[in-house]
Amino acid sequence: MLVRAGFRRHSTYRLALLAGMTTNSVFGFIRASILLAALTSANAAIGGYDKPTTIAFVWWGQALLGTVNLWGFSEVKDRVRSGDIAVDFLRPINPQLAYLAGDLGRAAINLLGRGLPALLLGALLFDMAWPPSAASWVVGAVSVALAVVVAFSGNFVINLLAFWLVEIRGITLLWMITGGLLCGLYLPVPWFPDWLRTIAQWSPFPSMLQNPIDILAGRVVGADIASAVAVQLFWATLLIVLGQVVLRAGRRRLEVQGG
Amino acid sequence: MSIIETRDLVRDFKKTRAVDRMTFSVEPGESVGYIGANGAGKSTTIKMLTGILKPTSGHVRTCDLDPMRERIGVARRVGVVFGQRSQLWWDLPLRDSFAILAAIHSLGEKEARSRTDVLVEQLEMGPQLATPVRSLSLGQRMRAEIAAALLHSPDLLILDEPTIGLDVLSKQRLREFLVAERRERGTTLLLTTHDMGDIERLCDRVLVVDHGRLAFDGSLTGLAATVGAQRVLVIDLAQPTPDLDDIPRTRLLGSESDGLRQRLAFDSEATTAAAVLAQVSARHEVRDLTIEEPDIEDVVRRIYAASGRA
Repeated sequence: MLVRAGFRRHSTYRLALLAGMTTNSVFGFIRASILLAALTSANAAIGGYDKPTTIAFVWWGQALLGTVNLWGFSEVKDRVRSGDIAVDFLRPINPQLAYLAGDLGRAAINLLGRGLPALLLGALLFDMAWPPSAASWVVGAVSVALAVVVAFSGNFVINLLAFWLVEIRGITLLWMITGGLLCGLYLPVPWFPDWLRTIAQWSPFPSMLQNPIDILAGRVVGADIASAVAVQLFWATLLIVLGQVVLRAGRRRLEVQGG
Repeated sequence: MSIIETRDLVRDFKKTRAVDRMTFSVEPGESVGYIGANGAGKSTTIKMLTGILKPTSGHVRTCDLDPMRERIGVARRVGVVFGQRSQLWWDLPLRDSFAILAAIHSLGEKEARSRTDVLVEQLEMGPQLATPVRSLSLGQRMRAEIAAALLHSPDLLILDEPTIGLDVLSKQRLREFLVAERRERGTTLLLTTHDMGDIERLCDRVLVVDHGRLAFDGSLTGLAATVGAQRVLVIDLAQPTPDLDDIPRTRLLGSESDGLRQRLAFDSEATTAAAVLAQVSARHEVRDLTIEEPDIEDVVRRIYAASGRA
């Protein structure tokens, strides 16, 4: 029910979806052109990416950009600051799960209304690699869902810092910039220099985008699929547990004054 | 078993003590008005009763549960409306908010539907069900909030300033609904308000809180007697009249327009409005009258003064 509510809340804003889709598509063109040019000048596959895989990387990235909440959200932070978070504690449900359910709904409408149309457009205009097997499709879908969970849970923890800090905009910005780079949105993680790749691999960010894309673009196959999903599962669990701990500590600290 | 029980309940904020050794209990079916000046500690108490705030020290039990440890259990048995905050989904139609809340409280489909139907009918919200919450008027939204808080048929309903900002008619409808709801289901009610009318219509017991401390606990008439709060009869006379300063058991507060309008204060214990009116109309022709009830701020001020604070 909460998932459906999230879906419906965000489907109310159809114009925003359309605008999002248009932006995603335009940037898809630009990125596809740049990366193709790079591949052409290298005259070979880079880091396991040939041209069709690279195209798939770009367009799946554009499609999942709105689905996975990479840029974060501020609803929880705003509610902590206004004190409205109190209302969440009046419900016989864990607030983290309630918000997660809402985010899954948001992700679903964004995937259907914004991501898949952009992907379709990319597929029509470029020669794109598809998941090599039915298993890749299925595991890919699971991986996308996990990516949504990881991104949500990470951001939820960041939002909760508002219990202690008056202003978390700096931290949010840092999260966005680091995340945007390390999740493999601009460039595939395997193209990174070694040191940066190592950092990325020890962070939760690739689990938010790179892993599902790799599975869906068919770059990662066989046993590697299992380990890609296992890493995502690890981060999802860790961040959810961390969120619970921080939420509990925050509740003890809560000072809702007035009203 | 008491529905609410606090003993020596304390909550400190950084520099101030918001709630100071508060001890009281509320029995099932009671209807209690919780009043006090702004910042006296009313909302803080409510937040501790519902597990939102952790007490600094002392003992609190709601529906025989520890609100901090058993928050979810408390949430299942208590309905809360904060007049200033919304529990509805802003951008969805009202109907969806009820459906989501029914799911959150794991009501069965049949139960959810019948309870929603009853509340929607009693609160006359049928026409608004398809309206997004953000487009509701304040009165409509407040009725919706109360329906939302009652959806899971709680044992205890806590209302924090439910009539704030409502017009007279909306207030009236809300009070009538609450009276009926309590009569039918025996719901215990705890209500904070600045409106004496809310207390008079809804509450058989009043708690007055002052600087976090309980300053009075008793019936409304007892409260009026304690503070000697007086009612005021405002009389419009047909002709300019000399000051009516000799009506027994009244005190003339003032006279306007050459005595065309005069204000007489009297004590409910000592006489009645009807008796005062009879005495006045025996001598002069009365054109119109109104009665001013003691106002809640005034009552609270007097309690504070009596307890040695200004």
